[in-house]
Amino acid sequence: MLSVFCRIAFQGSEASVGTMSIELKSVAKRVGNETHIHETDLTLNEGGFNILLGTTLAGKTTLMQIMAGLERPTEGRVFFNGKDVTGVSVQKRNVSMVYQQFINYPAMTVYENIASPLRVGRVPAPQIRDRVHRIAEILKLAPMLDRRPSQLSGGQQQRTALARALVKDADLVLLDEPLANLDYKLREELREELPRLFADRHCTVVYATTEPTEALLLGGHTATLHAGRVTQFGETAKVYRRPTDLRTAQVFSDPPINTAPLRKDRGQFILTGDVRWPAEGRYAALPDGSYTLGIRPHHITPAAPAQNAAEIDGRVLISEISGSETTVHFEVEESTWVSLSHGVHPFRVGERARLFIDTGHCFLFDREDRLVAA
Amino acid sequence: MANIRLVDLRHSYAAAPRDDGDYALKRMTIDWADGGAYALLGPSGCGKTTLLNIISGLVTPSEGKVLFDERDVTALSPEQRNIAQVFQFPVIYDTMTVYDNLAFPLRNRGVAEGAIDTRVREIAAMLDLDAMLPKRASGLPADGKQKISLGRGLVRSDVNVIMFDEPLTVIDPHLKWVLRSKLKELHQQVGATMIYVTHDQTEALTFADQVVVMHDGAVVQIGTPIDLFERPQHTFVGHFIGSPGMNLLPCTIENGMAHFDGIAIETRARPKVPAGASKFEIGVRPEFVRFADEGIPVRIAKVSDAGRFHIVESRHGDTAINLLVAEGTALPADTAHIRLDPAHTQVYADGWAVT
Repeated sequence: MLSVFCRIAFQGSEASVGTMSIELKSVAKRVGNETHIHETDLTLNEGGFNILLGTTLAGKTTLMQIMAGLERPTEGRVFFNGKDVTGVSVQKRNVSMVYQQFINYPAMTVYENIASPLRVGRVPAPQIRDRVHRIAEILKLAPMLDRRPSQLSGGQQQRTALARALVKDADLVLLDEPLANLDYKLREELREELPRLFADRHCTVVYATTEPTEALLLGGHTATLHAGRVTQFGETAKVYRRPTDLRTAQVFSDPPINTAPLRKDRGQFILTGDVRWPAEGRYAALPDGSYTLGIRPHHITPAAPAQNAAEIDGRVLISEISGSETTVHFEVEESTWVSLSHGVHPFRVGERARLFIDTGHCFLFDREDRLVAA
Repeated sequence: MANIRLVDLRHSYAAAPRDDGDYALKRMTIDWADGGAYALLGPSGCGKTTLLNIISGLVTPSEGKVLFDERDVTALSPEQRNIAQVFQFPVIYDTMTVYDNLAFPLRNRGVAEGAIDTRVREIAAMLDLDAMLPKRASGLPADGKQKISLGRGLVRSDVNVIMFDEPLTVIDPHLKWVLRSKLKELHQQVGATMIYVTHDQTEALTFADQVVVMHDGAVVQIGTPIDLFERPQHTFVGHFIGSPGMNLLPCTIENGMAHFDGIAIETRARPKVPAGASKFEIGVRPEFVRFADEGIPVRIAKVSDAGRFHIVESRHGDTAINLLVAEGTALPADTAHIRLDPAHTQVYADGWAVT
């Protein structure tokens, strides 16, 4: 008994000298008959963002609450820098969390808000002053330290919440859709700043988002989530370019990835009766049979790509022009497709449209929805 | 449906406004054509909600008139103006069925049950709510509830205008696509005048035929999405629309031509320099900057992978110049030259386009 205890304590101190990490081992969360998180193994390390990408209710928040110690998993163990913290309450873990809603103490000034975690931690007063001023400078809050949160813009309120999370040197920082309630441009600005803020810190950063583009721009590593399951975990750009299964490809695509049944028969892919193309290069070795095609909207375009094109005709359902890009939703024999192309391409609703599939950028999934070619 | 005219409108929340700074809305005259799809776009605090509230009658303007088909409605209450509004969060009766929720605005107006039934089913079909009609609204997910809100806004065919105030805020990105497309389709089917208020450029540009961009209580540009993208009339429009926004390079004007750090830059047209202008800038969107063999020398500061394209941040001295480069294009490592597409390069004097 004693030896086990010593070993754990030793592991803990050893890990804190090395890199920070949070590890979930066979973690599951059930509430009554419902499974909120299916058995999950996941190790997140310091250095770069760890992104949880999924739609609302995919399990991102529950997973974060388990990491924080706000919720206890019904199964499995949670390790902090190698130390088992499964039953340890949030107060006894060195964690910071920022939520989608700007949560600040309304009666306190910005200064007091930022200082609050340090006061709780009984940090000496002169040190508190130094640290609050330093973080306020970085987050451009220095001129607002005497104001109350209600006198700030949404962006400044969220910066205050971020400052509070950053002012103490937490081992684990959990950011739960922190930019979701901000204006578009503010979101762009803070998204640029965030990775810089954490660049020289010694902590594990976990960031939840519903937006694929946000995940890509933040970089780091991404875990895609769907219905309480982590479908894939890896370097963000690799998960995007090589999703191991259909679900991951769907979670990591905005606008949604096009999917359709596809048949391979004697060296040819057959989408519908007259849409077919030769199975060449890395697609050539696949056995004949049925597959699911996954193709991102920007690989279906009104102009034929220089090579590897298959023409597809459809009826235009919706056409959106955003100024720089054109999105066309079109229908081919009852199924709906989306094309996203650079530039302005006027389409009239109801008209027949000719579009081209870039057949060099197809994902192919087998009957179990596993990726077999990309 | 009606044509809406705002004539010499100005509004201040201050009791005795003295200068321009006291006005939440600067003086403006705008025409909204009958049956048009408009977006009112700007950051929080730009005055778009004040403008919306003036049209709906929740706020009476300090100066100017609101005309619906030439009829002065400035003094009329929201009820008397006969409009429909859809808000950020679903406004529905949880205990009622979806059917009764949709029927509510019509029953309120004393429409006959037969006519109500036809209209409710028509709107439900447009929003793919047919199967939900007998269900209680309380059981629906957020997007389902917001669809009912949209349906309630669209169900009356006799309204002057339908106004949407950030209607997709609570919706997940992958469902936003669906609802946004739906709304666009509904505009084509219903033919009503629609005004859509948002801070989200994507929503504004994809929904509207005409976008009204607001900044600091003033309208800075009204135009089609293509106008706003290709010819921003003000640096704010260039910055606010597009991600990343337009690049701004400080410049001087010499012999009628813009020069950036001594390098002559070809622009869309020769700049017409207004008397007294003090600050000159060249504006060009990241979409219209390319790597070239010669041009402006830059070093590469940062490359971000956005999936279908890369955002390349380059620098010439202290000036950052962003480029958007398609996925799969080879990128220079440290230093390079860039060229600005003259057809999409403009000169701005004190913020306003002069080319």
